Amino acid sequence: MGLPENLFSAGTLSQILVGLSRTTILFIVSSGLSLILGVLRIPNIAHGSLYMIGAFSAYSVISFLGGGGFAFWAAMVIAPLIVAAIGFVLERGFFSYLYEREHLMLLLLTFSFALIIGDLVKIFWGTEFRSITVPGFIQGSAEIFGLPIPYYNLFLLLVGPFIAVFLWIVINQTKIGKIARAAAVDSEMVSAVGINVGWVFAFTFVLGCFLAGLGGALIAPITSISLGMDHSLIMEAFLIVIIGGLGNIWGALLGSLIFGLTQSLGILVWPQFGIVFPYLAVVVVLTFRPKGLLRSAW
Amino acid sequence: MKRKPAALLLLLVILAALPQFLPRFHTYIAAIVLLTGLLATSLNLAIGYGGIYQFHHAVFYGVGAYGTALMLTRSQLPAPLGLVAGPLAAAALSLVMGIICVRLSKLYFGMLQISLGSLVWATVYRWYSFTGGDDGIHGVALPDLISSTGGAYYYTLIVTAISLFALYRIVRSPFGKTLEGIRDNPVRSAAIGVNVKMHQLAALVIAGFFGGVAGSLFVVIDTSVFPDMMFWTYSLEVLIMCLLGGMYTFFGPLVGSSILVLLRTYVSVHIPYWHLFLGIILTLVIIFLPDGVLGYVVRRFRPKEGRLA
Repeated sequence: MGLPENLFSAGTLSQILVGLSRTTILFIVSSGLSLILGVLRIPNIAHGSLYMIGAFSAYSVISFLGGGGFAFWAAMVIAPLIVAAIGFVLERGFFSYLYEREHLMLLLLTFSFALIIGDLVKIFWGTEFRSITVPGFIQGSAEIFGLPIPYYNLFLLLVGPFIAVFLWIVINQTKIGKIARAAAVDSEMVSAVGINVGWVFAFTFVLGCFLAGLGGALIAPITSISLGMDHSLIMEAFLIVIIGGLGNIWGALLGSLIFGLTQSLGILVWPQFGIVFPYLAVVVVLTFRPKGLLRSAW
Repeated sequence: MKRKPAALLLLLVILAALPQFLPRFHTYIAAIVLLTGLLATSLNLAIGYGGIYQFHHAVFYGVGAYGTALMLTRSQLPAPLGLVAGPLAAAALSLVMGIICVRLSKLYFGMLQISLGSLVWATVYRWYSFTGGDDGIHGVALPDLISSTGGAYYYTLIVTAISLFALYRIVRSPFGKTLEGIRDNPVRSAAIGVNVKMHQLAALVIAGFFGGVAGSLFVVIDTSVFPDMMFWTYSLEVLIMCLLGGMYTFFGPLVGSSILVLLRTYVSVHIPYWHLFLGIILTLVIIFLPDGVLGYVVRRFRPKEGRLA
C-alpha cells in the first residue's frame, strides 16, 4: 500500500487534532450510552436518534432566536434539555415496565423506536440538509505548526475532559451516583433497603439522553445536519462502550480515543480502506480483553 | 399430526402453481419472500434454537450473494460452481468469525460479530476494483435454465424447500435438541459432558451456510448485489422477522419474513412514513406478543401441545 511521504508532518498533526475533536463527540455520546447500558442494561439503539434530535433541535433553537452568540449558547443548553425531556417520557412510558425483558427484546424495541424517531424527525424537520454557523468570536482558526485548526475544534477538545470530570463527580461523589452504581450491580438489594430504584433509573436514563443531545448539539456546527446521521453514529458508540467496559466513563473515553484516532489516522495511511481500521481495533481489543479494556460496572 | 405434512404439500403445490397465475413482478416478490424466509429461518437456528446473539447475520447473506456474483462474472468456471461457491464462502467466513467470537457470550458476542461483519462490509464497500464498491454488481449473467423469471422462481422454490427441510431435520436431530439445551442452561449442558462451544460453532456455520444459500438465491432472482445487503441495519431487520413471526417456533421466522416483505412491497407504497408504521407495529408486537405472531397463535389455539414443530 505504501505510506504517504508526509506521514510524520504537520499534516498528520492537524489530522490528529481534527480526529480528537470528533473523539470528543464520540465520547460524549458513548458515555451516555454506557451509563444506560451499564446501569439500566438497555442496549439503546435509539440513542443515535436522540443525538440526531439534539442536532436538529440546536438548529431550530438558533433559527428561532435569530442567530448570534447568545442563540448559539442557548441552543447548546436547550437542545440537550429537549432530548432529556424526550428521554424522560420514553423511560417512564416504556422502559420502566420492561426492565425484566432480555437484552434481545430491548435491542429490537429500541430499534423500533429508532425507526419511529427517524420518521418523526423527517416529519418535523423535512429531508433537507441543515447547517449551523459558529458565532463570531470562535470563528476563524489558530495556526498550529503552520496549519489552520478551527477554534471550534479546539473548543471541543476542552469540552471533552470537562464532561468526563463532571460525569466522574456525578457517578462517584454524589449520592445518586453511588445509588446508581449500586443498582447496576444489584437493583433488588437497593430497593430492599428502601430506595426508589425506579427514579434512580429514570435519572440515569435522562442523564444519558442529555449527553446524546449534547453530542448532537455540539457536532451540529461542524457537520451537515441530516437524516441518517443517527445510523452512522450509533454503531460506533456501541462498539466504543463495549471495548471500553460497560458503564465505565473512563473506558468510554479510552474507547473513543482508540476509535477516533484509528479512524483519522487510518484514512491518512490508506485512504481507500481507512474506514476498516476502527473495526479492526475493536476486534483486536476484544480478542485480548473480551470484557473491554477497563473494569465494567457489571 | 398427520395433517401437517399434507398442509405443507398443499402449500408447496400452491407455490409451484403461482407463476402460472401471477404477473412477472409478483412472481419476483414471491421468490423474494421465499429466500428471505430461508434467511430468517437460518438466523433462527442460531438465535432461537441456539440462544446465540447472532447480530450480524446479513454478512453471510451478503457474502453468499457476492461469492456467487463474483464467480459468475469474474471467473470462467462453470455456472453451477458459482451457485455453490457463495454459500461455501459464507460458511467459511462463518467458521472464521465463529472461532473468534464463540468464546464470548450474549451482548459481547453480538458486538464482536457486528465489528467483524462491519469489517467485511467496509471492505466490500470500498474495494471498487473487485466488488464494484457501493455500486455493487449488476446484470449478472445466469445459465439459460434459470435466467427467466419463471426459471429463477422454480430454482428458488426448489432450493428453499430443500434447505428448509434440511434445517428442519437439523432442528429435530439430537444435535438440535442439544443446542436447545445449551440455550436454556449452558452450565448444566457443559456439566453433563456437552461440548458447548463446539455445538455453538457448528450451529453458527450451518446458519451462515444457509444464509449464504439465501444470498446466492438473491443473485439468481435479482441478478445484482450491493453492499447494503450486508449493512448492520439489514441484520436487525432479519432479527425483527424472527421476532415478528416467533423465535421459538420453526415456521415463525417464515411467517415474520413473509409479513415484512409483503408489507414493505404492497403497503409502503401507499403510506409516506413506512418506518413510522413499521416501528409502531414492532413496538406493539414486542410489548404484547413477545412470542411473535405464530407463537401467539400456537399458544392460543393449542395450549396442551406447547410448541409447534
